[in-house]
Amino acid sequence: MAEHNLFLLLASLPFATALILLTLSPTSRSASAWLSGASLAAGLVVQAGFLSDIRDGTVLRASMEWVPSLGMNLALRMDGFSWLFTTLVLSIGILVVIYARYYMSAGDNLPRFYALLMAFTGAMQGILISGNVLGMVVFWELTSFMSFLLIGFWHQGAAARDGARTALIITALGGLCLLTAMLILGYVAGSYDLGIILRSGDAVRAHPWYGAILGLFLLGAFTKSAQFPFHFWLPGAMAAPTPVSAFLHSATMVKAGVFLLVRFSPVLGGTEAWFYVVTSIGMATLILGAAVALYRHDLKGLLAYSTISHLGLITALAGIGGPMAILAAIFHICNHAVFKASLFMAAGIIDHETGTRDMRRLSGLFRPMPFTATLAIVAAGAMAGVPLLNGFLSKEMFLAEAVDWHNGTWLDNALPYFAIVGSTLSVAYSLRFIATVFFGPQATNLPKTPHEPPAWMRRPVELLVLICLVVGILPALTLGQIVNTAARSVAGPDLPYYKIAIWHGVNAPLMLSMIALAVGTLIYAFSAKSIPTGPEGPFLLHRIRGQRIYDWLLFRLSWRLPRMALALMSTEALQPQLRLLVLGGIAVAVASLWSGLTWAQDLRLHAFNPAFALLWTVGAACAIGAAWQAKYHRFAALVLLGGAGVVTCLTFAWFSSPDLALTQLLVEVVTTVLLLLGLRWLPKRRSEIPEDKLLPAKIRRGRDLVIAVVGGVGIAAIAFAVMTRPVISNVGDWFLGNAYYEGGGTNVVNVILVDFRAFDTFGEISVLAIVGLTVYGLLRRFRPAPESIEAPDQQTGDSPSLDDYLYVPSVIMIWMFPILVMVAGYFFFRGHDLPGGGFAAGVTLAIAFLIQYIATNVRWVEARITVLPIRWMGFGLLGAVATGMGAWLFGYPFLTAHARYVDVPFVGQVPAATALLFDIGVFATVVGAVVLMLVAIAHQSLRASRRREQDEIAARKEAA
Amino acid sequence: MEIILSAAIGILSASGIWLLLRPRSFQVIIGLCLLSYAVNLFIFSMGRLTPGAPPIMPKGGFVDPTRYADPLPQALVLTAIVISFATTALFLVVMIASRGMTGTDHVDGKERSQ
Repeated sequence: MAEHNLFLLLASLPFATALILLTLSPTSRSASAWLSGASLAAGLVVQAGFLSDIRDGTVLRASMEWVPSLGMNLALRMDGFSWLFTTLVLSIGILVVIYARYYMSAGDNLPRFYALLMAFTGAMQGILISGNVLGMVVFWELTSFMSFLLIGFWHQGAAARDGARTALIITALGGLCLLTAMLILGYVAGSYDLGIILRSGDAVRAHPWYGAILGLFLLGAFTKSAQFPFHFWLPGAMAAPTPVSAFLHSATMVKAGVFLLVRFSPVLGGTEAWFYVVTSIGMATLILGAAVALYRHDLKGLLAYSTISHLGLITALAGIGGPMAILAAIFHICNHAVFKASLFMAAGIIDHETGTRDMRRLSGLFRPMPFTATLAIVAAGAMAGVPLLNGFLSKEMFLAEAVDWHNGTWLDNALPYFAIVGSTLSVAYSLRFIATVFFGPQATNLPKTPHEPPAWMRRPVELLVLICLVVGILPALTLGQIVNTAARSVAGPDLPYYKIAIWHGVNAPLMLSMIALAVGTLIYAFSAKSIPTGPEGPFLLHRIRGQRIYDWLLFRLSWRLPRMALALMSTEALQPQLRLLVLGGIAVAVASLWSGLTWAQDLRLHAFNPAFALLWTVGAACAIGAAWQAKYHRFAALVLLGGAGVVTCLTFAWFSSPDLALTQLLVEVVTTVLLLLGLRWLPKRRSEIPEDKLLPAKIRRGRDLVIAVVGGVGIAAIAFAVMTRPVISNVGDWFLGNAYYEGGGTNVVNVILVDFRAFDTFGEISVLAIVGLTVYGLLRRFRPAPESIEAPDQQTGDSPSLDDYLYVPSVIMIWMFPILVMVAGYFFFRGHDLPGGGFAAGVTLAIAFLIQYIATNVRWVEARITVLPIRWMGFGLLGAVATGMGAWLFGYPFLTAHARYVDVPFVGQVPAATALLFDIGVFATVVGAVVLMLVAIAHQSLRASRRREQDEIAARKEAA
Repeated sequence: MEIILSAAIGILSASGIWLLLRPRSFQVIIGLCLLSYAVNLFIFSMGRLTPGAPPIMPKGGFVDPTRYADPLPQALVLTAIVISFATTALFLVVMIASRGMTGTDHVDGKERSQ
């Protein structure tokens, strides 16, 4: 159990540290460095505790419930391979933390940098120790996002932004491919648990979808570890601060891709497809990266391409896939991480102390900075594969695999030649790095005078170079055992112990190594003169740039294509859009109902009632009249609209829905007032628009009339077809039967709204609140049209003022206020049992406020009543949420209601359901939103009159 | 009765659609209101017409669901009424703001002749 908790601690520690770091002030540089370092060191302590179990071949597991209903758990799993890799990440992480403390300048926000670094470490570690492949993909994408932020840390520079964006697009797209691959893989294997998937290799390889899984999986792995042709994001990512490069491109990020290849090689590997694709891509990347690295003038550019090349080497080993190749791959992952991290740090020191990374300017640095130079030379030696250094050993194993391993294909026969070309080129670029930067005449025109860096900036490099040496000289004593354990956990427990040694006798790999060293030296010796003046790439190849193809593609996809689509398919005009929408709706209805719409066998018809017919004669006349008059006689149209609304409301009452009738009537009042307020701001239209008489306008109207009639007839036909069918028993019956017993109310509609489907209602009041705030926000910035600012005729000149000719009604309306408040309360409390409820009560109270504004004026009302609509809304929404969450206290899901009746003195039995509390929330939100909208519109005239006054004052001043 | 109500729904929606396709923003608002009446009545009528039997239950005892109006369409329409009020308000404000910014009340933000 203790182990279980320690495992969870290990996984969560970096994220927790990141959160703490975010709270630190930007000036606390040392504190943040100490905290990050301590967090990583604590992780290493936990790792040390696991070591004995790992050595025995135990697989550690831990899991935490995440979404138990879906069977999704946060599973962790650690075996030898992930232990080794995690230790590597944490160790190099500590060194990077120390290095960054001295590398980053005083202007950088160091806590933020460390927070990102810690979150990235957590994500990387998550990939390594995730026990669920879907969790692994989540962490995988998280590394993409965190690396985006880290690469773009100096976001002031365009290069950093572009590099970060390219890295994100490429790796995140790869991540999506990986997600798909993992989904299919989990489906094929029958589980998303990593342990089960690793055991079901045979079933996966035999499955018809193996090809799809492999393709998508490799896209994910290749994009991440910068394999050809996706390699170009890595050089772009060199715009990152050097500690980031040292971390991301030595031990983490790019290594995640090869980790995945090695991890899943027992499941997906061993087939011809795997061998051909992975090995050939790996070899191509190895040679291409090494060739380009030789020609790069930027120090970090050389290292970046060298990283690409070494990742190609590891990929090629994973492609070969035998147990020995896996062992070599794991060993090279460690060695490359060590020497490449130290080289990036050394490059950072050189950049820091000289002010440039351009190798055409750097020269003879051995004299001013001998220690750094020695360290960098040793590390570069490891990169080149010089004996007695760690890089030599794993490269030797790679050559041995290339030579000794056979499966009889052409690619296998070609492997030794490819390997020797790659090795030779890597000797050449390592030599170029050493020779140009540290030897030759001392450079004089550098931006800074070079000298040794602060001691603690060099310590991490010293330690790493020491490791290069110790591992290189005593491989079996240092890494031998744990690398074997790691390889065994990937390739199976039957793997015999392989003793890593320096001397295997004079054999083919040693001869190849020697040839590579000799030929590489010769290549550099012959081209040393021409490289600095030439282009940044080998002959012809520098013209084909992945970056350029990517830019071209991205420009097409994200700029040209959307604009073409926009020009083709869209219009900025609303009128044609609405027409298309209506036509589309009609088309969909026709397509789906063409053969299906039939009348019922015997029509269920209620007896004809002449009163109802008369009612709708009026209603139809109102609707058609409103449509007729809406252009030139807006006020008349508004009145007619109200008529149609009232008829609708009566229809609701007629057919047994008093709740609807009540709400419709109240909303009708508010809508009409709202539209009346809006009329004020529309342009005057007394004369007819001359163009309306022309033929095109008549044709347009005729066409729209046809569309409208078709739509109306269609809807009427569907309504009739459904209304005359016998009713099918549905969920409504359940609501009717259970409203009283389960919801404690007799008004079923209200119980549905506040209890059974309360979550829907909650969503709805949120919409109302959002609309209220949007209206408020829009009107705050609103500038009315110039001709509407003038006071309307009724308020100017000789006409009697509003107060005079509406005096009696206005007094009555003011007196109505307390009565309406009481009516609102009445509606509210009876709502659970009888028609009423929070909506109706809310709108009633809003009308009470509204009437005050109509009866007097804005200033009069606001001098007397303080309405704070936003507080009403906030109170209502939060109250509704609190009621819903209250159910959690009793162990029920969100918004579970409890109902009972309480005996209140003098009032009697009062329903006291928690639903009532929720209804208070609905009530308050409705009041707030409606009042907010109306007040916001009403205030417009106030602002307009204020502007008029200001204009007048300004005019008077000017005149004076 | 069913014939009258479906004819009413048809007329309301035809008037609404016609206004929806008109150029002036006020016409479109009126059209949306009419269309929302039509749609509300349409949804409501999906529960069939039941005069004189509102879904108010007795307190306790057996409930025969066939004797009451279907409460579900009613609950849906109640929500729809409030939401359509909200959208009308929002559109009204957008209309006013657009009128202030573009100087015209044409829905496209410019007169056809321009």
